Amino acid sequence: MPADPEIADDAPAFVRTAANMMGKFTPHAVAIGFEVVAIARAKAVGRIAYREDLIGDPETGVIAGGVIIAALDQICGMAAMAALDELTPVATLDLRIDYMRAATPGRTITLSAHCYKLTRSIAFVRALAFEDEEGDPIANATSAFMLTARPAQS
Amino acid sequence: MSKDASPPPDIDVILARLPYARFLGVRAEAHGDELTLVMPFKPPLIGNPSLPALHGGAVGAFMELTAFAQLSVAARLTRLPKTIDITIDYLRSGKPVDAFARARMVRVGRRIANVHVEAWQNERAAPIAALHGNFLVTEER
Repeated sequence: MPADPEIADDAPAFVRTAANMMGKFTPHAVAIGFEVVAIARAKAVGRIAYREDLIGDPETGVIAGGVIIAALDQICGMAAMAALDELTPVATLDLRIDYMRAATPGRTITLSAHCYKLTRSIAFVRALAFEDEEGDPIANATSAFMLTARPAQS
Repeated sequence: MSKDASPPPDIDVILARLPYARFLGVRAEAHGDELTLVMPFKPPLIGNPSLPALHGGAVGAFMELTAFAQLSVAARLTRLPKTIDITIDYLRSGKPVDAFARARMVRVGRRIANVHVEAWQNERAAPIAALHGNFLVTEER
């Protein structure tokens, strides 16, 4: 079993109790083996272990670009949520990914996201996917998330 | 892009060889060299269970696969293209039903291909997402 995520002191209080901040309620994140490693204010770190059923190109054994897309979308959404004081659902508006290099077969991929600007309705987030260090990235993502209105109390 | 007369490669054979395409459950419907990819709905594709809505990453991955498939067939590539960059616009939340996608090759050069993909569900005129991207298609990398 993976260790519990590390939650920084400055993380929003709801993070400690909201299981969906941990990705456990996101079926597709669970399906690709996404795990949350750490959450701080406006920041989130996750990882995905290498798995043969996620290989994109059988000739090279490299994990599929689509897995990186899903993992980056997931970590960016979490960083956007971690920038907010209350648990607020977010929806991806757009996501741009630049692929610098192929992921190394067999290695776990780390995803690190930062919500660097929050407006009343939009969260702007950037993220990196890498194995050992951010300085040697596999992919870079920039994204915008819409903060969806919480349903009115009835 | 070669102009040889050989028939386009069988896309179902290509997709069946790709573990991740099998993981997503993606299949193709081919009419000549025009392809529609289908991602039949299954619960592991869900991102937000309370709506419910498809995961944006799954939809993005499906559209990237559609670009790969169209390039492999129309440009008769012997190796898979490599993604350089992609931009995904999410237009509507994906419902828990089958999704479809079709790619339009904007330009296929000797090294780079620019491709536009649209994904939809029940209504072709109401796309749920669009992707455009640059792909490396040269045989030597």
